[in-house]
Amino acid sequence: MSKTLFDKVWDSHVVKHIENGPDVLFIDRHLVHEVTSPVAFLGLKNRGIKVLYPERTFATADHNTPTRNQHLPVKDPLSANQLKALEENANAHNIPYWGLGHKKNGIVHVIGPENGITVPGATIVCGDSHTSTHGAFGAIAFGIGTSEVEMVLSTQCIMQPKPKSLRINVNGELSEAVTPKDVALFIISKLSTSGATGYFAEYAGDVFKNMSMEGRMTVCNLSIEMGARGGMIAPDETTFEYIKGREYTPKGKDWDAAMEYWSTLYSDDDAEFDKEVTFDASEIEPMITFGTNPGMGIGISKDIPLAETIDGSPATYKKSLEYMDYSEGEAMVGKPIDFVFLGSCTNGRIEDFRAFASIIKGRKKADNVTAWLVPGSHKVEAAIREEGILDILTEAGFELREPGCSACLAMNDDKIPAGKYAVSTSNRNFEGRQGPGARTLLASPLVAAAAAVTGKVTDPRELMQEEVLA
Amino acid sequence: MAYDKFNILTSSAVPLPIENVDTDQIIPARFLKATERKGFGDNLFRDWRYNSDDTPKEQFVLNNPIYSGKILVGGKNFGSGSSREHAAWAVYDYGFRCVVSSFFADIFRGNCLNIGVLPVQVSPEFLDKIFKAIEADPKTELEINLPEQKITILATGESESFDINDYKKGNMLNGFDDIDYLLNIQKDIEKYAESTPL
Ligand code: SF4
Repeated sequence: MSKTLFDKVWDSHVVKHIENGPDVLFIDRHLVHEVTSPVAFLGLKNRGIKVLYPERTFATADHNTPTRNQHLPVKDPLSANQLKALEENANAHNIPYWGLGHKKNGIVHVIGPENGITVPGATIVCGDSHTSTHGAFGAIAFGIGTSEVEMVLSTQCIMQPKPKSLRINVNGELSEAVTPKDVALFIISKLSTSGATGYFAEYAGDVFKNMSMEGRMTVCNLSIEMGARGGMIAPDETTFEYIKGREYTPKGKDWDAAMEYWSTLYSDDDAEFDKEVTFDASEIEPMITFGTNPGMGIGISKDIPLAETIDGSPATYKKSLEYMDYSEGEAMVGKPIDFVFLGSCTNGRIEDFRAFASIIKGRKKADNVTAWLVPGSHKVEAAIREEGILDILTEAGFELREPGCSACLAMNDDKIPAGKYAVSTSNRNFEGRQGPGARTLLASPLVAAAAAVTGKVTDPRELMQEEVLA
Repeated sequence: MAYDKFNILTSSAVPLPIENVDTDQIIPARFLKATERKGFGDNLFRDWRYNSDDTPKEQFVLNNPIYSGKILVGGKNFGSGSSREHAAWAVYDYGFRCVVSSFFADIFRGNCLNIGVLPVQVSPEFLDKIFKAIEADPKTELEINLPEQKITILATGESESFDINDYKKGNMLNGFDDIDYLLNIQKDIEKYAESTPL
């Protein structure tokens, strides 16, 4: 029988199927961080059991960590306590732990791929919804709750009904300044934040075939923002090239055996999807959000839609605009901003810093802008230095911080103040997500850079044009 | 973690007719620093419920004494966003045992089922009827009958059936959790693991 990519990976991981119930799914690799794990470890303690396969488990500190002076003790006692708990739990259960300052430390979804923990055909979970990132490699990867973290720690399995399948095709060629982030924000704006709930997505078509691994990770990362549990892309040469030689990827004969399996990972020609949507790449322009969920995005040159033209409740829509202090019909370009955040597991990789640097090179940070540039990991940070990007940033008046989730969820001190506007390369613009009362405009690193040097929402194509003319 | 069994729940309900209520609203990230599952109910809907100086916002429904009960009724796409189970804990810890909506985000729904909060998905029309009934009488009661998978507005007798898979239903009725089940089939899991390289 013909199968989708998702079917192939899912079906081969089912330990047991329960009639009119969930499947018992074996998890190859489990990523753990400080915020969603302590109660799970407590559960194990109460049951008197140990982690079943510590060698399949990896722990890092990222959500609740400072992005300055990481060599000093963490000041906030609650955060320090959570970090200590993770370290103790990891040690007690023999789990590799990459804490603050460790050279492999970083955001969980950045370090997984970076170290070769993420491989095609694997099942990967983590107590964070953007675990969908790892689907870029042709893995089934999704976020889980703390009860499920406890399940995986204790039995290496979770119980999930098999989701429905959705294929998203984007064909053609992307226009200038349109990045993977824009592709994802465009898709979410079309499908809405609940349009893919109950589905697992596969991304297919020219645009994803021609995309780098970093770009694919950005796209898969945002799958959850349209409600999908995860998204995946069939592995190909680009994938194998990226993972080869990384610390945890198979070597020698094991690599050959793995390649044999990985090369079977694609949706069969006649495989059927429960739902399929297709977009034309030329329709997409650099995107920006204007509201309080990631589905409220528009092409940067467009105006904020009128309430009567949108799906869903006008009252909710108006409440959202009120929070942003925006009005229907206004243009986004030219709106003043206060903060820029470059980072997160969505756009905190080297390619994102390259894109940001390409715009700010030879320009200066606008005086009214506070910019937080936070690499996704120490490895990203090292590459920023090695490639000379740090010099470009410094020259333009920017400062580089230390890795972590930072203002993506604002659990640490990196909180956008109430009422202020932040152009952010992260993934959620919910009310208060980046700090109580903070107003978030989600966008790509290029749009963030254009805002950082002009102090307002600016179409990056304008600045790129200037460069050409110069 | 074990939780109370769920059978038939009859209670008044608290209405929150807003769509896309996300988990950052249910519990903001700054309250996720605990290492134990305690006290999350105090911060349920924190930023909608309290001003920045911690005084209550009078107009928010949880601060309005005419509404109470063990059932929370929310607008479409309830619980979107983060995987934080803390959101479900906050709902449970505050005293809700059931959330009714016309649509739930996946992870939130799963988290609820894992900790003993029953998510009941109804049609948009029925949701509307519930909101209207509560508006007419804030003390109006809903009956959630899990064995029969039925929700009824007692004042009008209008009812609708809801879905839940047999396995999860059994768990809720008996207060079991998945780990109990998985630990029982550990032999099968180990056998599978042997056949799977790292
Ligand atoms: S960067 Fe944001 S989305 Fe990514 S893991 Fe951290 S908190 Fe989650």
